[in-house]
Amino acid sequence: MGKLSKIEKKRDREKPGIVFGNQWDYAPAPEATDFFKLNKRYELFIGGKWQKPRSKSYFATISPSTEAVLAEVAEADDNDVDAAVLAARHAYDRYWSRLAPSDRSKYLFRIARALQEKARLFAVVESLDGGKPIKESRDVDVPLAIAHFFYHAGWADKLELAFHGRSVRSLGVAAQIIPWNFPLLMAAWKIAPALACGNTVVLKPAETTPLTALLLAELIEECDLPPGVVNIVTGAGKTGAALVNHPDVNKVAFTGSTDVGKRIARAVAGTGKRLTLELGGKAANIVFADAPLDQAIEGIIGGIFFNQGHVCCAGSRLLVEESIANVLMRKLRDRMATLRVGDPLDKNTDVGAINSQMQLDKIRELVAAGEKEGAERFSVSCQLPKKGFWFPPTVFTNVSLSSRIAREEIFGPVLSTLTFRTPDEAIEKANNTAYGLSAGVWTDKGSKIFHMAGKLKAGVVWANTYNKFDPTSPFGGYKESGFGREGGRQGLSAYVEVV
Amino acid sequence: MGSLMKRAFLHFVVLLHRVISSVPMSSRGADRAPLILPSSPTVDAVALEERASALAKRSLKKVAKIAGLRLAIRMMDLTTLEGKDTPGKVRALCSKALRPLDTDHTIGPCAAICVYPNFVSVAKLALAGSSVAVASVATAFPSGQSPLAIKLDDARRAVDFGADEIDMVIDRGAMLAGETAKVFDEIAATKEACGQAHLKVILETGELGSYDVIRRASDLAMLAGADFIKTSTGKIQPAATPPVTLLMLEAIRDYYYATGRRIGMKPAGGVRTSKQALHYLVIVKETLGDDWLDPSLFRFGASALLNDVLMQLEKERTGAYQASDDFSKD
Amino acid sequence: MARSKVVKRVAKIASAEPSLIRVKVAAEVEGAASKDSARRESPIERVTVNKAYKMYVGGAFIRSESGRSFRIKGVKSTDPEVVNIPRGSRKDVRDAVLVAKNAQAGWAGRTPYNHGQILYRLAEMMESRRTELAMSLVREGQSQSEASREVQLAIDICVYYAGLCDKLSALLASHNPVAGPHFGFTLPESLGVVGVVAPRAPSLLGLVSSIVPVAVGGNAAVVIVTSADPRTASIWTECLATSDLPGGVVNVIYGQVAELLTPMAKHREVSGLSIWGDLGDLGIQAEADATESVKRVRRYADGDRALLSTDGARGLGYVEPFLEFKTVWHPMGM
Repeated sequence: MGKLSKIEKKRDREKPGIVFGNQWDYAPAPEATDFFKLNKRYELFIGGKWQKPRSKSYFATISPSTEAVLAEVAEADDNDVDAAVLAARHAYDRYWSRLAPSDRSKYLFRIARALQEKARLFAVVESLDGGKPIKESRDVDVPLAIAHFFYHAGWADKLELAFHGRSVRSLGVAAQIIPWNFPLLMAAWKIAPALACGNTVVLKPAETTPLTALLLAELIEECDLPPGVVNIVTGAGKTGAALVNHPDVNKVAFTGSTDVGKRIARAVAGTGKRLTLELGGKAANIVFADAPLDQAIEGIIGGIFFNQGHVCCAGSRLLVEESIANVLMRKLRDRMATLRVGDPLDKNTDVGAINSQMQLDKIRELVAAGEKEGAERFSVSCQLPKKGFWFPPTVFTNVSLSSRIAREEIFGPVLSTLTFRTPDEAIEKANNTAYGLSAGVWTDKGSKIFHMAGKLKAGVVWANTYNKFDPTSPFGGYKESGFGREGGRQGLSAYVEVV
Repeated sequence: MGSLMKRAFLHFVVLLHRVISSVPMSSRGADRAPLILPSSPTVDAVALEERASALAKRSLKKVAKIAGLRLAIRMMDLTTLEGKDTPGKVRALCSKALRPLDTDHTIGPCAAICVYPNFVSVAKLALAGSSVAVASVATAFPSGQSPLAIKLDDARRAVDFGADEIDMVIDRGAMLAGETAKVFDEIAATKEACGQAHLKVILETGELGSYDVIRRASDLAMLAGADFIKTSTGKIQPAATPPVTLLMLEAIRDYYYATGRRIGMKPAGGVRTSKQALHYLVIVKETLGDDWLDPSLFRFGASALLNDVLMQLEKERTGAYQASDDFSKD
Repeated sequence: MARSKVVKRVAKIASAEPSLIRVKVAAEVEGAASKDSARRESPIERVTVNKAYKMYVGGAFIRSESGRSFRIKGVKSTDPEVVNIPRGSRKDVRDAVLVAKNAQAGWAGRTPYNHGQILYRLAEMMESRRTELAMSLVREGQSQSEASREVQLAIDICVYYAGLCDKLSALLASHNPVAGPHFGFTLPESLGVVGVVAPRAPSLLGLVSSIVPVAVGGNAAVVIVTSADPRTASIWTECLATSDLPGGVVNVIYGQVAELLTPMAKHREVSGLSIWGDLGDLGIQAEADATESVKRVRRYADGDRALLSTDGARGLGYVEPFLEFKTVWHPMGM
C-alpha cells in the first residue's frame, strides 16, 4: 500500500461512475399483513397442549425492524423442560415408536402439505419476527422448510434401504436447539429427520425468533399428530441448558455458534447422548481470474448479504486473484449500490434488519476492529430507518489474514476481501481457519474446480454458485464448524442407531 | 512491479480498443491481417438466468408502474418488417409512434420507427419535424448472407434515403465458424458506411447457440464501433430474452468501465407485455443505472408491446381492465 | 544328527508342506549346532540376541523421548524373557501427532485402490509372521489354539478392510438430486489425524480392529497401546513397517492411558478420537477435553473378548465415524 495504490485510487475516482439513482424508483410494495392475527401471548406446547409455564414468566419478542412488540412468549424453566421431555418420552413409548413407519411418513407428508397451504403466513411472520426480507422468507425459507418435510416423509419407511439393508433403531427423545437466522427452516431441518427416523422431539427456538416455531406447533396440532411427538419450549440459554442436560434425552442436535456448541458438547460428554453440531463458519469465496465475473459478483453478493449475512455458511472471506482485484472490486461496489436496504416486508427489499441489538453491537464491534486494524472500509450509503437495528452492506479491502475481521465470524453484512496469486495460495488461505463449513470457487476451468473442491476443507463446496440448499443435499461442517450432516441419506445417521 | 505491469497491460488493452474502433476497414487493407482481439469473459448460464429471473420479482406498483410504462413507450422502436409492408401501413405506424394514445398526448412519442430501406423516405416524411427517428434495417437483413459490397451498399442507400439509425445484422455464419475478424471488419465497414447515422448491431442471439458466443459477439460489435447492440431480427426464435439482455448490458458495462463510452442496448422481438417491459427496465436500472434509463441508450424493438402498455396505463388511470379493441391496431 | 540326514528330511518336508521348509531347516540346523557347542563344554549354551522393543512413529522404531521404560516379564514359566519397553510420554504423543499430520495428506491423496493394495500387503506380512505373532500371544498367556485363532482373525480383518477401501464411495457417496439446475454430489473424505486408544485385549485383534478401519478412510492414526505387554503390538508394527504403508500413517506409542490420553484429547491437530474399552472417568474426561476443538469422538465399549466372539470389528460402522462428507454443487448450463 504505497504511492502506487494511491494513484490507483485517484484514477478510480476519475473514471466515469455508474449512477444508481432515483431516475425511476420503485414505489413501496409492502406485503399484506391483514390476513392473520398473532396471539397476544404464546404458551408452551407440551404433550399436545398449550401449557402455561410453571415458571410463570414470559418474555416479549419484538420486530427488529421497528422494535415493536409482536407477542409475549412463555419462558420455560427446568420444570417446564422436564415436563416436555417427559411428554416426549411418553409419546415415544406410547405412540411414535410403535407406529408403522408408513404412518410416520404420512404424518410428515401431512405437515408438508399444511405448510404449503399456509406458506404466506409463515413467510410474513418470519420476516416480522426475524427481520429478513420477505422475498427470502417467501422464496427460500418457507419453500425449503416444506421441501424438508416432504423429503424426510419419504424416508420414514425406507430407513433400512438407506443403510444398505442393515436394520436401524430410533434413538428416543431428541433435544433440538435452533438459531435465530432461519427459524422455521432450522425447525424443519431438525424436526423432519428426527420424526422420520422414529424419534420424538423437544425443540427450543431462539429467544429472538420464537414465532414461526410456535405457529408450526399450531400446525402440527392441526395435523393431529399424537400428543407429545413434537414439543416446543421457548426460552433463552437457560432453557436450552436445561434441555441439553436433561437425563432422559437420548439425542442432542444443536445449530448455533461454535462457543455454545462447545459448551453443549462438554455438557453431553460422557453421558452417552448422541450429538450433532452445526456451528459457525468463516467461508472463503474464491474468485479466479478466469471466472464468469458478473455471475461471480452475484455469488459474492448472495454469499454475504443473503439474510443480512446472518448465515453460518456465508461467504464472508472473499479471496480474489490479484490480477482481477481492481475490476472485481469496482463491479462489487457498483452491485452493492443497487442493494435495497429497509423494511423486511417490502417485496423489493434485498437486505433487511439485523436480528437483534446484541447482534448489531457485535457487528459494530468487529467492524470497528477492522477499521482499527487498518483495513479499508466501503459501506453502501443508504438511508437507514430510524427505529430498529440496521447495518449497511459493507466490504473491507486490504484485510490481512491475521486480522479479526478475517478470522472471526461477524455474522452480519460485512465482507472481508483478501487477494491471492496462485491456486495453492488460495487453498492455503481458505483453509487457514478453525472453521470448515463451506467454501465457494469461481473458475471456468473444470479441472481446477475439482482440484479446489478436493483440497478445500469444507463440508459444502459451491462451485460457480453459492448458498444453495436442498433437502437431498447433505449440509454440515468440517473442523470446528461441527459434526454430523443434515439432509440427504447421510443426514439420517444423526437420528438412528444402525444395528 | 507486478502491479505496474498489470496497469501497463490494461492500458494497452484499452488503447487497442480505441485503435481498432477508429481504424477504418480500408486502411487495414483488404488482405485482413490477423487481428488479435481481447478475449471475452466467460458466462455461467445458470447464474445469469437466476439473476435475470430474480430481477423479474421486483414488485412495481402504482407510481413506479406508470412511470416505467410511460418510459417504455418513449423507448420503443415501433417496428414493421413484413414482405407485405406498404406506404399506407408505414404511415399508420408513424402516426401511432407520434401519438400512441389519442386521448392523452403526454404519452409518447416513441423513440423511432423501424422499417425496411424502401420505406425510409415514406417514414421520414410522415415524421418530419418530430423527435421520432427513422431506423432502417440493412446489410441484407435478416440473414446477412450477401456479399459485403451489397450489404454496405444497402446501408449507404438507407442512410441516403434519410435513415437516422441503421440496424445491421452480423454474419452469424462467420461468427460460428470462428471468423471473428470477418465479423469485426464487416461491422467496422458498416459503421464507416453509416456516416452520421447511428449504428445498431443485431447479433441475432437466437442463432448464436450459447451465452459465451453472445458475449463475444457483443464485445466484437462494440469494439468495431457499434452505437447500440441489439439482440434479434424478430425473425428467429428465441428472440430477446431477459438473460440475453442482461448479459449484453453487462458487456456494455465492461466496455464502459474500460473506455468510458456508453453503448446502447436494444432487445427486440418477444417483448409483448407490459410486465415483460417493466422487467427489462428493472434489468437496465440495476445493471447500468440511471443513464441508461433513457431512449438514447435503451430501446425496445417491438410492435405488439405498445398496445399492451397502453392498456395497462389506461387500467391504472381508470381502475378498470381494458378491452383490446379499445386501442388502435396500428 | 548328521547333515545329510537333515538334508534328506528337508526334502521330504518340502514335498509335503513347502511353507514349513525354512522353519524346519532352521530348527534342525540349530539342533545340530548346539550339539557341537556342547562338545566344547561352554558354560553357557548360547548367548541369545535379545530384541529391543520400540515404539513405532513416522515409520521408524524409536524410544521414548523421555528415556523412560518399563519392564515386562513373561507370564509363563517357559517364558523367562525380561525386556524393557519404552514408556511413551506426553511429548511423544505431541511429536507423533505432528508426524501423523504431515503424513496424512499424502496417505489420503493416494487412490483407494492403492490403500487396498497396501492393506492387503499388511495382511501378507502378518501371514508371514503368523508364528511369531501367535508365539507372542502365547507368551501373554493364551493357549496355542486361542493364539492361532486370534492371529487368523486379525489377518482376515486386514483382508476385509483391504477390499473395502475402494468401495467406500460406492456405499457412502451420493448424487444429490437437487430441485434446480445444479449437479450435486457428496463424497466421503478423510477426517485427518485420529487418536486411537487401542483395547487392552485381545492385544492383536484389538489393534487391528481399532486401527485399520481408521486408516481405510485415509486418516493417520496415533495409537496409545496400554496393554501390559506391548510386545505383540511391537511385532505387528514390524508388519506395518514392511507393508508399504507410508511412515507416519500409523504411529504406535506404549504407555499409560492416564498420562497419554489427555494430551491427545486436547491436541488441536487431532480431529477424531477412537476410544476402545471402558476407561471410566478417563474416557469421560477425554470426551470433555475433545470438545475444545470439536473432535469427533467414538467410544467402543466392546473391547476385550467381545471382539473375539464377533470375528472382530468389521463394517462401515467402524469407518464412517472418522470420515467427513463433502458436498459439492455445480450449475448445469450451456
